[in-house]
Amino acid sequence: MTDKLYINQLENEAIYIMREVAAQFKKPVLLFSGGKDSITLVRLAQKAFYPAKIPFPLMHIDTGHNFPETIEFRDRLVEELGLELIVRNVQDSIDQGKVKEESGRYSSRNMLQTTTLLDAIEEFKFDACIGGARRDEEKARAKERIFSVRDDFGQWDEKNQRPELFDMLNGQIDFGQNVRVFPISNWTELDVWTYIEREDLEIPSIYFAHKRNVFLRDGLIWSASEHVYKDEDEEVEERMVRFRTVGDMSCTAAVDSYATTISKVVSEIRDSSISERGARIDDKRSEAAMEERKQQGYF
Amino acid sequence: MEVLKIATAGSVDDGKSTLIGRLLYDTKSLTDDKLEAIERSSKQKGYDYLDFSLATDGLVAEREQGITIDVAHIYFSTATKSYIIADTPGHVEYTRNMVTGASTSQVGIVLIDARHGVIEQTYRHFFINNLLRIKNVIVAVNKMDLVDFSEERYNEIKADFQKVVDKSDYEDQNITFIPVSALKGDNVVEKSTKMSWFTGKTLLQHLEEIDTQDIYNLGKVRFPVQYVIRPKTEEYHDFRGYAGKVYGGELNVGDEVVILPSKTKSKIKEIFFYDKKYQTAARRSSVTVTLENDVNVSRGDMIVKENELPKIEKKFTATVTWMDNENLRAGSKYVLQHGVHKVLAKVGAIHNKINPDYSGVETGVDSLKMNDIAAVSFQLNKPIFLDAFKEHRTNGSFILIDPQTNNTAGVGFIE
Repeated sequence: MTDKLYINQLENEAIYIMREVAAQFKKPVLLFSGGKDSITLVRLAQKAFYPAKIPFPLMHIDTGHNFPETIEFRDRLVEELGLELIVRNVQDSIDQGKVKEESGRYSSRNMLQTTTLLDAIEEFKFDACIGGARRDEEKARAKERIFSVRDDFGQWDEKNQRPELFDMLNGQIDFGQNVRVFPISNWTELDVWTYIEREDLEIPSIYFAHKRNVFLRDGLIWSASEHVYKDEDEEVEERMVRFRTVGDMSCTAAVDSYATTISKVVSEIRDSSISERGARIDDKRSEAAMEERKQQGYF
Repeated sequence: MEVLKIATAGSVDDGKSTLIGRLLYDTKSLTDDKLEAIERSSKQKGYDYLDFSLATDGLVAEREQGITIDVAHIYFSTATKSYIIADTPGHVEYTRNMVTGASTSQVGIVLIDARHGVIEQTYRHFFINNLLRIKNVIVAVNKMDLVDFSEERYNEIKADFQKVVDKSDYEDQNITFIPVSALKGDNVVEKSTKMSWFTGKTLLQHLEEIDTQDIYNLGKVRFPVQYVIRPKTEEYHDFRGYAGKVYGGELNVGDEVVILPSKTKSKIKEIFFYDKKYQTAARRSSVTVTLENDVNVSRGDMIVKENELPKIEKKFTATVTWMDNENLRAGSKYVLQHGVHKVLAKVGAIHNKINPDYSGVETGVDSLKMNDIAAVSFQLNKPIFLDAFKEHRTNGSFILIDPQTNNTAGVGFIE
């Protein structure tokens, strides 16, 4: 409880933001991927409203290409905490002809999520979507506000962002607009892990070192799976790996690891010389990849 | 581990991004893949040195123009501190971003190009640090390599800057001068071998030794109620908790308090942080409190100690920095957000608009355009519970929201 401890400062700030969301918006939702950042958000929301329940539902935009471990974990967490979970599927957007499945070597459903997300926001009339993005992840995210206003088309205008002064968050919007909220903006990857360790939070098993069938491409370790395109000459081997993020199987690369506990993961990250998104295949597409996706309404 | 937030300010080409890149590089905070990207990009552009500014300039438009156009947050840490740098642009049209970055910072770094010395922008940067009562300001005289690491030139700039400082009314402010070359790495993290005449600390050494506890003195406690927690469950049937962040001091169980605006008296019964009860709520903690008696409290109300009442006002004057494309005009109406409390405000007279070159003030103006700074009087539809900004950073500031566009149009510092 003393403000000398850095992680407590971050926690206090995030709880404050959660409460501003509940107070300023009519229909907020917490975007939940089953990854470590959204698990952290759920704990922060629990803390913000105790002893009341979290006053908004969780929503998962399911690409259908998730690691099965993540989905199992998601369903267990929701049940244990008695939370409401909404799931919307990218497959439905594909079936409805709204988006087209990518094909070829680097095909991924990661980009397709945006359409499903925007449709779900419209369907439920959500006016605030809480997400686990952090400013340390990527250059374009470093400029993101805590309350980030999106227009009717879900788009981000990086040149016209509201200034955020002191602790004051301006959530006033017009009908049809919505706000993306990032309570852990100021956290780093290591902060998240330190917090998970301190709070003793459960996380999906793929974050820990395990044996997995993988193949190497462009210096990255890809998971061998039906959802990942693989050339015939790309050789599959078994390796001890873990994942640093839990995006889709088609856009998340593994890292070599023997870290089987959270404390080992924390020390591994402390010593790591590759950034978290260095293993995100979607960012390697171009230097401005993230910014372009954000303008289109990505998380 | 402590956290220190730093706002940087400098004019275009003063080398701000390079300085930050250098800090990241010399503290080994850049990961291999980021370093690789910098090397690749520098090579592509045909530079014969590493272009560290690429580590921070995020947006496409910036990469194209080679300038920083918005506030970017950069993170690094040493064994003793975690640092957050708000990299704010320095050109005249982006004052609003500088004020924004500085509003959450505890240290300001003002960059000066050693070749150009103190220029109009320098006045502006120092003025903003003062307006926001930034206690520790570091004046980094950069590009010393381009003036042959001249001690004479450094002293000249220092003396010029001192003239600006002498006019300041902020006596407790600590101002530190450091000659650096961000590009070559002199006096940023490593001590310069080319400026043996400089006996002070390097930039990082200085940052490491700043006492973060000393930055905000404990004073009067302000507890603005953010959200009322009513679980309405069997177990907590009658529970009424008031959630909020504690500002300016500490709250203790048993404290005699007053709820504003009703002025009802009560006592702090319990302090919760999640599922645990505490005796004390520290400054800046997000807690939930319950009160001894059943009183009506809602969002925007404020809980304060009985003997520490703030001013309760419907009329006051504040220094305003305007941030919107639409001008502020005398007589127009805005939503005024003071912490989490929103009221309607009507703009009265605008006095003493500060000249862009800080040579003095202009009187008789009836509107402010983006980046203007002036004293403005306000009339509210309901009172707010305020302190002067000089005495209470959080309770002495507010934002103005344009009711037509919902934009955050300005920020005010109560006099």
